[in-house]
Amino acid sequence: MKIKLSALMGAAAATCLLASAAAAETLTIATVNNGDMIRMQGLTDDFTANNPGIELEWVTLEENILRQRVTTDIATKGGQYDIMTIGTYEVPIWGKQGWLVGLNDLPESYDIDDLLPAIRGGLTVDGELYAAPFYGESSMVMYRTDLMEKAGLEMPEAPTWDFIAQAARAMTDKDNEVYGVCLRGKAGWGENAAFITATSNSFGARWFDENWNPQFDSKAWSDTLNFYLDLMAAAGPPGASSNGFNENLALFQTGKCGMWIDATVAASFVTNPNDSTVHDKVGFALAPDNGLGKRSNWLWAWSLAIPAGSEKIESAKKFIAWATSKDYLALVASKEGWANVPPGTRTSLYENPEYAKVPFAKMTLDSINSADPTNPAVDPVPYVGVQFVAIPEFQGIATAVGQQFSAALAGTVTAEEALANAQSLTVREMTKAGYIN
Amino acid sequence: MARNVTPARKATMTAIAWIIGLAIFFPILWTILTSFKTEAEAIASPPSFVLFDWTLENFSIVQERSDYFRHFLNSVIISVGSTVLGLIIAIPAAWSMAFVPTKRTKHVLMWMLSTKMLPPVGVLVPIYLIFRDAGLLDTQAGLVIVLTLINLPIIIWMLYTYFKEIPVEILEAARMDGATLRSEILYVLTPMAVPGIASTLLLNIILAWNEAFWTLNLTAAKAAPLTAFIAAYSSPEGLFYAKLSAASTLAIAPILVMGWFSQRQLVRGLTFGAVK
Repeated sequence: MKIKLSALMGAAAATCLLASAAAAETLTIATVNNGDMIRMQGLTDDFTANNPGIELEWVTLEENILRQRVTTDIATKGGQYDIMTIGTYEVPIWGKQGWLVGLNDLPESYDIDDLLPAIRGGLTVDGELYAAPFYGESSMVMYRTDLMEKAGLEMPEAPTWDFIAQAARAMTDKDNEVYGVCLRGKAGWGENAAFITATSNSFGARWFDENWNPQFDSKAWSDTLNFYLDLMAAAGPPGASSNGFNENLALFQTGKCGMWIDATVAASFVTNPNDSTVHDKVGFALAPDNGLGKRSNWLWAWSLAIPAGSEKIESAKKFIAWATSKDYLALVASKEGWANVPPGTRTSLYENPEYAKVPFAKMTLDSINSADPTNPAVDPVPYVGVQFVAIPEFQGIATAVGQQFSAALAGTVTAEEALANAQSLTVREMTKAGYIN
Repeated sequence: MARNVTPARKATMTAIAWIIGLAIFFPILWTILTSFKTEAEAIASPPSFVLFDWTLENFSIVQERSDYFRHFLNSVIISVGSTVLGLIIAIPAAWSMAFVPTKRTKHVLMWMLSTKMLPPVGVLVPIYLIFRDAGLLDTQAGLVIVLTLINLPIIIWMLYTYFKEIPVEILEAARMDGATLRSEILYVLTPMAVPGIASTLLLNIILAWNEAFWTLNLTAAKAAPLTAFIAAYSSPEGLFYAKLSAASTLAIAPILVMGWFSQRQLVRGLTFGAVK
């Protein structure tokens, strides 16, 4: 009898276990292969231990493939993903289309008001937050303190483009393969088009006027492109027209760049002693300006959003609330140190005295705060976005424009030809899309 | 009459062939070498060819982060499945076009080839919607179907070229002896065309293994093959070249080994009918 009873109890326990296993929900999360995202995948035991009914399945893809993949899925309501990693470009477009689940009702402990206002603004449509920022970034100047000193110059906290041009020429030593400045030249809307668009804001240029008329025929655009091309010809590395973020990172880490103006997230790479040969000789400054009231820094946030077609919205919200919470930041700090905490999302992080000791913390915050996606240019514009224009047509147009800029950098067309081509192709596409007649 | 080939000419041609072969193989070799470097050594300038601290760390990190064997199994099922299904459809199709051609056969062949000229992304959304409604998204069956359809024109063309080389009189003799159509294809034509079918099979397994548009766009977590495994290690913001190389090496290793052992059949298949 005893045996029978224990057998019965065992069977009951097994049934309970099976029932709970059957009830477990699996969240499929599409994400990019960035350091912070990979770190999160390694720390999810903390989430699953506290949420035993939820299991996680990761789909990690290269950024461009991910973008194409999740766009197809969300536009067709394919329902393959419960959580998507998307950027500040997608959120305003998809939010307006009704493709994303609103996140204003995240629990009070999440403290939505703690999100940095600039980042939160970029992820909000008509007052509704449609994606929770996982990490935010702007762009800034990273420079070699030793080379700057050797050139007899001192980097101001908020440099002008004139100073950058002067310093770049002074730091250049082509015989020893040291180039004063490394800037993006590889064609692509997220590569050189992003950098040059952000730069153009500081020169008083804009993509479109208030009536969506393309502005590449303006003097401000001519000044922007000519300045960029002259600077790169005098102080840039050879073959710069094929350099993107990674190529410039490799050049900077191996000591071949005096200055590099790029994403703030690069700061943790160039100061990492395991990967960077110049980790102890790096200084930071705000992205340059021309005294026109706009700096040349951008704003981006990799964020977690729930597609409207998901059937696991409540579980997905629980995960997002965990992954973008203050507690998650503390968890990363406890396991891997404050320098590895995902930056640029929460005010409280920058008020933390421990985080203030991280060398690039203040400059990252100042850079993010000085970017305004709703008012990016000197003159008024009809669009949202600093280094992009949040309309669906932008990816295609900006990649084609980026190819023109890249060709000008490679010397196959002149600056004037590149701008004329950019103007005509943008007019053609915007007319086709119905923005202008 | 064979041409006289002097030893000097032979040596020159051999040297040129080796140089071209090495130039073609160099990117793969460099990927394999990079997979044994640290991330810092992977971007070192000037790069070191073999004199670096060899490490297996990248392979262990890749295996820790992703399930290689699940992706590998998906690749095997998808590439072999689509090739076998393609052959089952293509053998009768190629037979009919080779041995009982009509005046439209050439047009049909050209039309089939023309479907290969369509950019895949042009039909992505319609196919995605069909797959969504049929429940085929992120399934091995779905990928077997789509890759069969994509590679079918090539399979039919290759088999058609082989079958054209087989004297029709042999098939007629089989018919005179009372062979049915099924017996004719299965017991007379197929054994004679085995080398051709084998090289078609091998080439199509390679094509399906390397296919990286549909396999990425129609899968998520369950049916993702090795193409998705590689894509997980490419990053526009971060230098993970050594890990990416380790993932690439693991992904191409099986097909590289298969190609090495079957190179005789592959070369024969690709040059068959080229020289009369």
